[in-house]
Amino acid sequence: MLGFLGLPTWSPYIVGVAIGLLVCLSLVISDRPLGCSTGFVKTCGLIERVVRGKDVENTEYYREIPPRVDWQFTILPGIVIGAFISSILSGVFSPEWIPPLWEATFGDNVVLRIAVALPGGILLGLGARWAGGCTSGHGISGNLQLSVASMVSSACFFIGGILTAMGLMSLGG
Amino acid sequence: MTLAALHKNTGAQAVLGLLIGIAFGFLLQKGAVTTYEVIMGQLLLTDFTVVKVMLSAVLTGMIGLYILERKGLARRHVRAGSLGSNVIGGLIFGIGFALLGYCPGTVVGAVGQGNLDALFGGVVGLVLGAAVFSRLYPSLSRGILKKGSFRSKTLPELLHMNQATVVVLLAVFMVIVLVGLEFMGL
Repeated sequence: MLGFLGLPTWSPYIVGVAIGLLVCLSLVISDRPLGCSTGFVKTCGLIERVVRGKDVENTEYYREIPPRVDWQFTILPGIVIGAFISSILSGVFSPEWIPPLWEATFGDNVVLRIAVALPGGILLGLGARWAGGCTSGHGISGNLQLSVASMVSSACFFIGGILTAMGLMSLGG
Repeated sequence: MTLAALHKNTGAQAVLGLLIGIAFGFLLQKGAVTTYEVIMGQLLLTDFTVVKVMLSAVLTGMIGLYILERKGLARRHVRAGSLGSNVIGGLIFGIGFALLGYCPGTVVGAVGQGNLDALFGGVVGLVLGAAVFSRLYPSLSRGILKKGSFRSKTLPELLHMNQATVVVLLAVFMVIVLVGLEFMGL
């Protein structure tokens, strides 16, 4: 009954073309390229504001990226909802601690998976802000705007990622 | 409402951010790029789904923006870069990318499809990483982030070519790469 919407996966070309059009739509209606990593700065700032009070807004970085519930923040819960709807429609939603490839390589210890994933997340967040964008902001939105900084960043995302992934997997049993 | 007024309406923009996020999350999940195995497969060079999605998005968006800009409906938002920012930050990102197995957009999509490592490792880690960066920012922004600034912001400036030529050349290049990947069975 759901037809196309209920398929478990779509062709990467259909998805890519649709994402390209979505970035164009975002540039027209929001005057913004689509990006995700600024949302984590907003999330962090909003949490710090609750814990440490309004003073955090005077921090140098939060003066540039104010901790507000705005476009750059709401895109993150949006992505969670969108992916949830898609996975429910195709019947693949399922809570899971360890991805199958990880389990086949390193076993089913949840603590080990998180002990690698958490530092990975920290480096990912640090690196994204250091480079001024992520795989969406630089990798898609920046590259399609012909930005030199985005092309250099994307190349480095993959160089660092490929070397680390090959090293990591060679440690597995 | 004119587009300029819509851009300034922060309440409406917060709703649009949510809606664009929903569409983006839906597409990422349908494209399977919220899956750990697909991302790691790309980094291990055994599965080229991520590159196919990214290149077809860039190809479509590049041509779309070229047309929209000429019609006065959209403008470019390109920032200057530097070796200290984009190369070092990019490499740190790459290490995290492989250890986590998701990127900042796909990790939230993975949370939506039920991956708890994406939530407790990825989202928590990304927020902590942003906290670390905000602490380092005052010294980084005066030092390493400025090292080796790029003279040109965009590829047409760098190559001293007009935009239309660069768009056509890049489009041809990306199509050749995509056809090549299919031809090699990747």
